[in-house]
Amino acid sequence: MEDKNKESLHLRLIPYFEKYGILLLLVLMILVMHILQPDVFLSWRNVTNVFKQISWQSMLALGVFMVIVTAGIDLSVGSIMMLSLMILAVVAKAGAPWFIVVMTPLIAGFLCGLFNGLGITLLRMPHPFIMTLGTLYIFRGAGNLISGGTPISGFTDEVRYLGHGRIDLQWLGLEKSQYLPVSLVLIAIVYIIFWIFLNHSKTGKWIYAIGGNPNAARASGINVNKILVIVYSLCGFLSGIGALILAGRTDSGYPNAGLQSELDAIAACIIGGASFFGGRGTVLGVFAGVMIMGILRNGLNLMDVSSFWQQVLIGSIIVLAVYIDVLRRDLGTRK
Amino acid sequence: MSSSKELLLEAKGITKYFGTITALENVNLKVYAGECLGVVGDNGAGKSTLMKVLSGLYKPSSGSLHFQGKEQVLESPRDSQILGLEMVYQDLALAGNLPIGENIFLGREPTKNLGFLKLLDFNKIKELTNAHLDKLKINVKSADQKVEELSGGQRQAVAIARSTAFNAKVVIMDEPTAALAIKEVGKVLDLINGLKKTGVGVIVISHRMDDIFTVCDRVMALFQGTNFAEAELISTSRDEVIGWIMGKK
Repeated sequence: MEDKNKESLHLRLIPYFEKYGILLLLVLMILVMHILQPDVFLSWRNVTNVFKQISWQSMLALGVFMVIVTAGIDLSVGSIMMLSLMILAVVAKAGAPWFIVVMTPLIAGFLCGLFNGLGITLLRMPHPFIMTLGTLYIFRGAGNLISGGTPISGFTDEVRYLGHGRIDLQWLGLEKSQYLPVSLVLIAIVYIIFWIFLNHSKTGKWIYAIGGNPNAARASGINVNKILVIVYSLCGFLSGIGALILAGRTDSGYPNAGLQSELDAIAACIIGGASFFGGRGTVLGVFAGVMIMGILRNGLNLMDVSSFWQQVLIGSIIVLAVYIDVLRRDLGTRK
Repeated sequence: MSSSKELLLEAKGITKYFGTITALENVNLKVYAGECLGVVGDNGAGKSTLMKVLSGLYKPSSGSLHFQGKEQVLESPRDSQILGLEMVYQDLALAGNLPIGENIFLGREPTKNLGFLKLLDFNKIKELTNAHLDKLKINVKSADQKVEELSGGQRQAVAIARSTAFNAKVVIMDEPTAALAIKEVGKVLDLINGLKKTGVGVIVISHRMDDIFTVCDRVMALFQGTNFAEAELISTSRDEVIGWIMGKK
């Protein structure tokens, strides 16, 4: 009897662990970093730095996360961001007004995602891996074609606002250096919108259902292909937002933008608890995954650890996070 | 016996080709209210194809479907659901990562308006799920439990609950007891008998003669994509039906 109670308590804790376990890890990391670097790590300057550094990655990760929930993958997000950035740069250099320049990466990203989605569904690709591997090359090649493979620099302040803008907090009695980066506010807004979308809308629920069992979704009358096209399009759109942020941060479109960032995005999702089998993971988890990678890089930089060690550590965390996922599946699922 | 009851679903002359393969040829089928029709046949006899035609997942190459006397053309499973025709698939068609309630209402979730936003109404889903599970006397810990945490029999019960949550008139079940432990088979067969009492027409595809002879009123056999034999249950025997499956009369 006592054993039974023990087990049920243990089983009842699993969903909470599933939901918030990754936040515990994040808090733990922050504590450790604070102890190791008490003067610097939690300073205003450093914290805002972390958020500025993760700003565009967080957009790619959120897009890839939605795709992973459907048991798919998008390898092209880095290239979509680069192509969108290059289009933005070319349009800006051509002298278009800022509100048009700002729209171009969003539209370009959306169209790239739409292209992925239509390719996967209409061409009946055996796996999204193949379609998006193809477009990883296509989009980056296209970006270099339109820009001639050279960087294009110099944007107006309006174009740079999302990536570079500052919200002054002096009216709160803070110092001038204690500002809020606009990109931080943007991350919060985008993540909240997508949290509502994924958890409280029909389409969001269907995205999870498709990841859980696409046959169940189909049998329920859900148009699975339509939902997949929406998911890949939104992923492209988010990569477009990433391009706009990056344009602001670097003030330039450059050929190596977003190189290998698709792998960072996938890593953040996996660390954050998304499952490659689909149907599992939360927006909060992805945010935690992005933060963990950002803080790890930032902390190791502060401590002058070589970037080679950063690679080793991030890789180890991925393997560990997935192993925890495997253990949790063993515990939580009836065989 | 059947003649006094309402004819719910009738398939006339259903033929289905896949490329050059003829999966079904000129197949006819009738289901009446409150009746259970057993469909038997060997692997490849065309049972699953016929059911997928009935549920709107496949379009027949020729032939017609009539629901309550009216001819209907089904473009998708959604069309058949709207008519009150539901399917319980052999692989159960449940999303294990979602709770019981969200599975039952998948694709037909109740929503509430919050300003201009249309959001899922989780309280209503829970409330309707509990009421429906009570009605069918299905016991689970909670409507919030994920389907992957359930036993095979409980999953089958959820699949049946799902098929009847929207006033279904005809429920088609593909091998409803195939994956179940023996002690769970009885519960599922009780559920089917319960559905019949409420006037639902049930079609059961099964290999298990025990199932057919426990819940069905009539049995029809398919052989190589054609109607082979059909009889009221009281006028046939297990051995005869097994013979039909093997193509012997």
